[in-house]
Amino acid sequence: MSKRTVELDLATPGLDARGQPVRVPLAVADAPESTPPEPDLAGEHMLINLGPQHPATHGVLRLVVELDGETVVRVIPHLGYRHYNQIIPLTDRTDYLSPMANNVGFALAAEKLMGIEITPRCTVLRVIACEMSRIISHMVWLGTTSIDLGAFTPFLWAFQERERIYNLQEMWTGARLTTSVTRVGGMMADIPDDFVAGLRDFTQTFPRTLSEIDRVLTRNAVWVGRTQGVGALTAAEAINHSLSGPMLRASGVPYDVRRDKPYLDYETYDFDVVVGEHGDVYDRYLVRLEECSQSNRILQQALVRLPDGPVNVADPRVILPPKSRAMNDMEAMIYHFKQVMEGVKAPVGEAYVGIENPKGELGNYLVSDGSAKPVRWRIRPPSFINLSALSKMAEGHLLSDLIAINASVDIVMGEVDR
Amino acid sequence: MNPTVETLRATFGNAIGRGLESCGDTIVYIAREALLDTMTWLRDTPEQGYDYLVDVTAVEYRDRERPLEVVYQLRSLARRADLRVKVELDGHGDLTVDSVVPLWRGADWLERETFDMFGVTFRGHPDLRRILMWETYAEGYPLRKDFPLRGRFSRAEQVRQALGANPEAHYSMEELSIAEAYDELPADMKERLRHGDRGKLADTE
Repeated sequence: MSKRTVELDLATPGLDARGQPVRVPLAVADAPESTPPEPDLAGEHMLINLGPQHPATHGVLRLVVELDGETVVRVIPHLGYRHYNQIIPLTDRTDYLSPMANNVGFALAAEKLMGIEITPRCTVLRVIACEMSRIISHMVWLGTTSIDLGAFTPFLWAFQERERIYNLQEMWTGARLTTSVTRVGGMMADIPDDFVAGLRDFTQTFPRTLSEIDRVLTRNAVWVGRTQGVGALTAAEAINHSLSGPMLRASGVPYDVRRDKPYLDYETYDFDVVVGEHGDVYDRYLVRLEECSQSNRILQQALVRLPDGPVNVADPRVILPPKSRAMNDMEAMIYHFKQVMEGVKAPVGEAYVGIENPKGELGNYLVSDGSAKPVRWRIRPPSFINLSALSKMAEGHLLSDLIAINASVDIVMGEVDR
Repeated sequence: MNPTVETLRATFGNAIGRGLESCGDTIVYIAREALLDTMTWLRDTPEQGYDYLVDVTAVEYRDRERPLEVVYQLRSLARRADLRVKVELDGHGDLTVDSVVPLWRGADWLERETFDMFGVTFRGHPDLRRILMWETYAEGYPLRKDFPLRGRFSRAEQVRQALGANPEAHYSMEELSIAEAYDELPADMKERLRHGDRGKLADTE
């Protein structure tokens, strides 16, 4: 005679006293050979897969679940589905005051390595991204430096302007700081409908703020007294210290990567390379202030020439096919699979691309051995190198001058430390 | 290819290794012993005029047999010409190369970073210390391919070291000698400081 023993000390059906799901033990004792075995339903546990793309998993979480009826016996989570199929988001976080320009710098290096020619619309969009970054970075520099030297009002004006660019960046990318706007071979997204009008409005009103800042600071006795003749470097010293960007140009070296090693068709834009004379804190201020006007000019020209057409190249090695095609077209699905699973493979070789970032020359140096991961990705950090001249500039000056000199270097520690 | 490579070969002969081109950039390999001479020549010869040092870094390949490369990006501002100079070092052997700080002050921190991350020693560098990692960091060189992702020490050991660190170890002895903290220093440290020694901090009291 068969006897079923079931532990019945249950608070809730299916759960034991400690709230753990019960494995119903079936002990069959002394079953005579003649009796047909009862179906062991309790042993029929079901395995189901939940996610990774399921509305209830709050993101791409995959759960493998063992079920006894509707009671969950075991949950095995699998992580690691949240991955960026490209490495761009890292570049946001180096010089986080000009994330879009960093994105562009990396994408240009990867495209040079892979021999990809980007589309005309993408080229202009990237120019817009770079020049917007220059303006917000210089505005932060201007605001914080004026606070360092005791002038509070320009800080408010500068951050107000930065806020307007941040709104545009948010409109474009959904993020204010971590934009990740480029992709190798294109952009994360085309600009939204209202973007052009918003940016045009900005370029028309921004010069007014610049001239206000100019009127408040440029001939201000305190400002002039704190900055002129402080931390001066000659042209030869600036070159010998490998300075770049406004630091180099303020010392009178007319070197601008946009003009001297053009990328993104910068040679076709009408703008001036701003050069200082004395290489002191005051000249660095003048150079950055005027560069904002020049960036504004470039933005205006870019808006006029912005062509229609595709943003991304038609290259299945680097650009994911649209989701609808990946789900319906075999070839597109294979490309999608290969790109996500294997990554983007670059040919053997190496490429260095320097771009004129707000802080100076941002270099991206990529070395590939043919696999999907670079052997070496080196960022030449302009803040780091400009900062290395700080001792040279500040030694012999007053402590209060050190504050002004340090501010004039325009560092961002996210880039110095990387 | 950048014509400088042929001129270099004509001037320095065997010290110049292969020259090649990748993605439009010219790369030239130079023997380690000849680095300082060739760099000086590249900087000071008027027709070359590579007056600007863009970057110094190193590359180690996944292939362990391939040498580690120290990479210098040079630029002539006037001629708008770029040249990438490489020196090959045996990754298992002596990672020493002459410092170019006497030529370009800008190499100072760049060489320190390369030392910090790859363990390349730059002979003649005025102040070769770690720069991104702290000075007493003892786990090795983080960008070497044989460096474990989370460091050489266990997490417990890393925490133990972090908690047990002497706060004054965050200052160099030179810096401590500036501050009043000098009087608080252990005797042997004072002794070494008096002799101008700026090496590792003492293990013992």
